[in-house]
Amino acid sequence: MKKLSKLRRNAFASPLLLALALFAIGTTFSVASATTKSELSVQQRSAQIAEGKNIFLKGCSSCHGLNLEGSAIAPSLVGVGAASVDFQVGTGRMPVADLSQQIARKEPVYNEEQTAALAAYVASTSLGPEIPTESMLNYERDGNTAEGGTLFRTNCAMCHNFAGQGGALTQGKYAPTLMGVEPKYIYEAMITGPQAMPVFADKTITPAEKLSMIKWIKAAENEPQLGGAALGRVGPVTEGLLVWTLGLGLLIGVAVWLATKAR
Amino acid sequence: MTARERVAGTVANYVDERTGAAKWMKKNLTKVFPDHWSFLLGEIVLYSFIILLLSGTFLTFWFDPSQREVIYDGSYVPLQGLHMSAAYASTLHISFEIRGGMLMRQIHHWAALIFMAGMVVHLMRVYFTGAFRKPREFNWIIGVGLLTLGIVEGFLGYSLPDDLLSGTGIRIAEAIIQALPVVGSYLAFFAFGGAFPGEAFIPRIFTVHVLLLPGIFLALITVHLMLVWYQKHTQWPGPGRTEKNVVGYPLMPAYMAKAGGFFFIVFGVTAFLGAVASINPIWLYGPYNPGQVSAGSQPDWYMGWLDGLVRMAPPLETYLFGYTISWNILIPGLIIPGILFTGMALYPFIESWITGDKREHHLLDRPRNVPNRTALGAMSLTFMLVALINGGNDIIATTFSLSINQVMWFSRIGIIVLPPLAFVITKRICLSLQRADRELVLHGRETGRLLMLPHGEFVEVHEPISPELAWKLTAHEQAPALVLADVDARGVRRAGSLKNKLRKRISQANAESIAKPTANDLKEIEHH
Repeated sequence: MKKLSKLRRNAFASPLLLALALFAIGTTFSVASATTKSELSVQQRSAQIAEGKNIFLKGCSSCHGLNLEGSAIAPSLVGVGAASVDFQVGTGRMPVADLSQQIARKEPVYNEEQTAALAAYVASTSLGPEIPTESMLNYERDGNTAEGGTLFRTNCAMCHNFAGQGGALTQGKYAPTLMGVEPKYIYEAMITGPQAMPVFADKTITPAEKLSMIKWIKAAENEPQLGGAALGRVGPVTEGLLVWTLGLGLLIGVAVWLATKAR
Repeated sequence: MTARERVAGTVANYVDERTGAAKWMKKNLTKVFPDHWSFLLGEIVLYSFIILLLSGTFLTFWFDPSQREVIYDGSYVPLQGLHMSAAYASTLHISFEIRGGMLMRQIHHWAALIFMAGMVVHLMRVYFTGAFRKPREFNWIIGVGLLTLGIVEGFLGYSLPDDLLSGTGIRIAEAIIQALPVVGSYLAFFAFGGAFPGEAFIPRIFTVHVLLLPGIFLALITVHLMLVWYQKHTQWPGPGRTEKNVVGYPLMPAYMAKAGGFFFIVFGVTAFLGAVASINPIWLYGPYNPGQVSAGSQPDWYMGWLDGLVRMAPPLETYLFGYTISWNILIPGLIIPGILFTGMALYPFIESWITGDKREHHLLDRPRNVPNRTALGAMSLTFMLVALINGGNDIIATTFSLSINQVMWFSRIGIIVLPPLAFVITKRICLSLQRADRELVLHGRETGRLLMLPHGEFVEVHEPISPELAWKLTAHEQAPALVLADVDARGVRRAGSLKNKLRKRISQANAESIAKPTANDLKEIEHH
């Protein structure tokens, strides 16, 4: 005991203990907050970032600048995070094919590995939203459809329509359809706010609420056509069109037939 | 006399001795109606009204017109556990749990759309053929009233389920009421029993939708048909048809069979649509919540033009003595519809003022023979169509990859430019068709057979048309423009001569036509 007490009074004891404590906290934190990326070794990770930088310099830098600083036609990518890169490149929106009003979803140019490398590179330069992991996206387990529907109608329906079919925005921009969009991309869109879309930060809409919304969107996607042909689920416009073409067409046709037969 | 005939005779006699119906029936069952497909358009409206009454009665058995808050525990999973009004919950109940409820709801709604569309085509028939002229002006006004009430009735009907889309519509209706200067706010408070949304409007519009308006409809439709019965149906001109007779078939048996059959066809088409095509999927819209709104919120088509006008209105507002006058809602929401419907109701009197024609008319006009009226009709329809297109501007923008702003500017400019253009083009087409008719009467039908004359010239053989057709093409009268003297017999300027001048100008434009061939013209041709 005396020995221990003596050691405790040693001049180096305090700094040493502090260092040990910091090391322990740091290790615990890094283990606890581990994401998929931690599956990679440091070397693999550096290689991935290097590859990402390589792809970026070839395919992205002409618009986004050599140091992600952006240009007149492209925004700066400082602080956009891996989630944004994964969304933009993974859905094929980037690299852009034409600079029209809005950049549309298309076949991705880069494969999954290249997309991950690009995301790792951009994320390595500055802090930003991370790509949600598989376990964070278990909407079947963690979501509530009815609550998601209410949240969707409050936050999303004004642009994406009541059934997630999409809708028009100003000057040729539009809210795209949400039917067939992967849960990961819906989640990433909410946390990064691509193009005209606002950001729905975790403080505004919690991750659990986001999963509820995704669960509702998937329910809407898989909903059978309950009342017969859904007519695009865009409201009364298609109903009016059908009544004037098929409905009145049939009835006037029969009227003509009834009147001709009598002659 | 067979046994069957004896029984029938006894029964008929029994009824007649107690009601005296035989004389009345004999007279009315043989009443003659002229035959033309366009005369059946009004029947579409009548039959869909009957379908609406029947299917609507079915719906009232389960619909709960109340804004009492309930928690949904029905079978539609995506809404389970949500707070909603009893009206919305009971509509879900009708859709998902009542046997045949979904079909009946959809039949009711499709029938409403057909009801309104039928009214519009019937109105077009009456207008373009001049069937509204004396003595039928009152029936025309009743028709305009039915159309107006139909729009209101339809709007109230689809507002009843208290879903997100209809609540948005009610909100816009409230805004239009509020746009009335001075009294607007008070009127809105009165209508909603306080601030929007309140808890009063669903029960209130329910009473109006299922009791008041259907009652008025029944009364007006009865008067409408009694007037047709009393004034007799108009007919197309033709050999043997005059202003004093009706050429056609008797009600019994020809029209009984036709009209009865047509009812079932209208019911069949409505039921078919109700069975195969979804309409107003309120479970997708969700319960109404004033804090929510969906992209692509549109009214049903018969309100779409009104929504289109409001959407294209520029943001004009005046702030006066502490009151805001919202011209952007007042003009498209109340003033323009008011002018349009008043003008429509008064049209028979306006036309008779222009032509100075106070006689009775039972023979119809072919639209081409009255170019100004036809052109005015085309002009009004163009106006409505542009407004209707703008009502769906967001759906059009996304469907055809356009900018919603482009669609709106097209409508803003189009609604001013296109109707006059439609007027001019239609009038020219009418006059050209008159020329073609004249040509046909004078030179006959082109047979397509070419003949080589002995000296080598090729001519096409023309065949004279039948006397019946010639009659049809020349039966109309071509009234000259009104002669209105600016001064009276003593050389004194008449009072109101500016009005006279205007009347003269319009009358002159109205009388513009291609002279129809006379008997002399034909004789001259035959001499060649």
